[in-house]
Amino acid sequence: MEVYLDNSATTRPYAEVCSAMFDTMNNNYGNPSSLHKLGIEAERAVKTAKERVAAAIKADPSEILFTSGGTESDNLALLGAAAANRGRHILTTPLEHPAIMSVLPVLRDRGYKVEYIPVDSDGRVMLDRFEKMIKADTVLVSAMLVNNEIGTLEPIAEMTEILKKKRPGALMHTDAVQGFGKVPINVNSMRVDMISISSHKIHGPKGVGALYVRRGTKLKPTIYGGGQQTNLRSGTENVPGIVGFGVAAMMASQDLDKKAERIAALRKRLEAGLLRLDDIKINTPNCCAPHILNVSFGGVRSEVMLHSLEMSDIYVSSGSACSSHKKEPSYVLTEIGVKPRMIDGSIRFSLSEFTTAEQIDEVIQAVEKIAPRLRRLNMR
Amino acid sequence: MQKTNLLLLKYGEIALKGLNRPRFEQKLIDNINSALAPLGKFSVKKAQSTIYVEALDEGIDMYEAVERLKKVFGIVNICPAARCEKGMDSIKETAARCVLDMDIDGKSFKVETKREDKRFPLKSPEISREVGGAILRAVNKDGRNIRVDVHDPDILVQVEIRDDAYIVADIISGAGGMPVGTGGRAALLLSGGIDSPVAGWMISKRGVALDAVYFHSPPYTSERAKDKVVDLAKILSAYTRGIRLYVVPFTDIQLDIIDNCPKNYLTVIMRRIMMRIAERIAVSNKDMALITGESIGQVASQTMEALYCTNSAVNLPVFRPCIGMDKEEITAISKKIGAYETSIQPYEDCCTIFVPKHPKTKPRLDEITEAEKSLTNIDEMIEKAIEDAEIIKV
Repeated sequence: MEVYLDNSATTRPYAEVCSAMFDTMNNNYGNPSSLHKLGIEAERAVKTAKERVAAAIKADPSEILFTSGGTESDNLALLGAAAANRGRHILTTPLEHPAIMSVLPVLRDRGYKVEYIPVDSDGRVMLDRFEKMIKADTVLVSAMLVNNEIGTLEPIAEMTEILKKKRPGALMHTDAVQGFGKVPINVNSMRVDMISISSHKIHGPKGVGALYVRRGTKLKPTIYGGGQQTNLRSGTENVPGIVGFGVAAMMASQDLDKKAERIAALRKRLEAGLLRLDDIKINTPNCCAPHILNVSFGGVRSEVMLHSLEMSDIYVSSGSACSSHKKEPSYVLTEIGVKPRMIDGSIRFSLSEFTTAEQIDEVIQAVEKIAPRLRRLNMR
Repeated sequence: MQKTNLLLLKYGEIALKGLNRPRFEQKLIDNINSALAPLGKFSVKKAQSTIYVEALDEGIDMYEAVERLKKVFGIVNICPAARCEKGMDSIKETAARCVLDMDIDGKSFKVETKREDKRFPLKSPEISREVGGAILRAVNKDGRNIRVDVHDPDILVQVEIRDDAYIVADIISGAGGMPVGTGGRAALLLSGGIDSPVAGWMISKRGVALDAVYFHSPPYTSERAKDKVVDLAKILSAYTRGIRLYVVPFTDIQLDIIDNCPKNYLTVIMRRIMMRIAERIAVSNKDMALITGESIGQVASQTMEALYCTNSAVNLPVFRPCIGMDKEEITAISKKIGAYETSIQPYEDCCTIFVPKHPKTKPRLDEITEAEKSLTNIDEMIEKAIEDAEIIKV
């Protein structure tokens, strides 16, 4: 039986998502911008999806901008907000996803000063330090809601409060790609100005995401064309993807608290089982999202552990899936002070609402078998 | 390149092969046919040390045809040509059209004529003069610039008067070498690295058909590493007219070596067993040599002493065309043959993952054969690995 514990990389779509998309592609293929009936039908489908995504974060549908995914949302938030607002100073954290990290040099080239807010050994932003770093010309602060590698939950609401008190004109953005559908997001209590979310992390299709933009927030587009989505994101809407995203957002946010509690309990069970092994380190802090458990196995190379588990039909990630293109050690684990030897052996288990207790027990058993064998063979 | 449906292929060395020449020519024609077959119908004929390739179907992509022919060993030059009637008007018009199709601005040209049909009324220099004049007029009329330079022209326009008249204005370099299949078969030890595809390419260039052997060690090497080797074999196979790739499961043998042999000898013993397996596969395919990408001193397992120990494991000759080359030289060839971008993808192969901290750089054969005695099951394990090998035809 397949045990998929790589849900932070991507998730298995809900069956309802697949059939809604299949149906849309078959029967609702119009261009939402067309003036005729087929166009209107497609536009209605996009509107319904927008309402569903908005409802999942308690936003107004007019505040939702569909994009091609988390990366585009992050790019638009940073580049678009910096360009449209006054101020040359930007704050972010050293643990952001590459979709943020890789935009920073571009902003520096454009004359912005970008600084990192220090984080503690749990990977949490130090709020007192943050407060002192805000300047008169701070234009934007971006911090992720949930860290994709270790699961740390950042104090976004507190950060926003601090920021708005000290400099009301500055904008707060959060990359909530890992948090959406796992921890409750309420734009009214969180008070952020922009939120990046992605469909395929919540059992929706790949290639679609959204940026929440609080009404009145000034933003410059990063993509130009036919003026769709109030000129902020040109390009014919990905109607089937957006429909699938809408269904996924609706389903993922149903009974979110109960589901999160269940997933957290399963993660606890996994953690307890793995802790029976020696020379092991849990890299996920206590203040975390319910679904991620990052564990280091001393004396084991994570890639080999990953492929060994794969042979038992268990799918996990070494560090972060995005960094498997590169060979450098994880910057996130390095930042929170994990030793290189333990980074080499770090595995990320990420659960979903489809995960069962039997699967968790199966994983524990497999790791118990594999880890000693790999340690025996380790030559470094 | 001029628009054309006719390519004239020149071959070098084959012409010197005396009594074997017809066999070499036929092999080259076979290889050209197989390289072009996916594009449509072609006529491939030889006459006067030239192979004439003519597209018979409409709409064949001749640029793609040239790209494919550039990978056929044995071809020295590829000349896109135009054929026309044997009359001066038609020759002049065709030559002018060929030149107009090329990137000529600011360049110089010269016309050369070969008159094999001596009944043609004008003599070669006269033909060249008249055609040259026609080209100049046509280019000027088109509003572009070209000048005549009979000593060092950028463009050489060749007019050949045979059964018909042929105009050649462009010369594209071919891969050279000898037609694959004229030089026997050999088995290449193919890893995912830079060197082994280059080694295979170099030997194949001399007319040798290839089998390839890759050692796969799941879970220590990923499926992606295997895909990468398959991709490399595909890149090579455009030159070698197909490759039979053996993917040999190697994990059990590696673990057996690790469990039973001294750690600093792991790499050399592993390589000796790889050679033995490759030799067995080679013999079963009637291959008469092994090929490796080794280069003296590149890594600990490629010192003179290590090479001696590795070599002693087999009886077939082992060809190591990269042996005296620097990494830069090997990389340059890798880039030239289009393998480099694939070779540098970062998936570990089984050699790098089991490297001990301190491998012996000067292994001794007597110590190794002694250490190998503790591999009591090795013959059966080799047997099983070969039996379980996956064969992929690329």
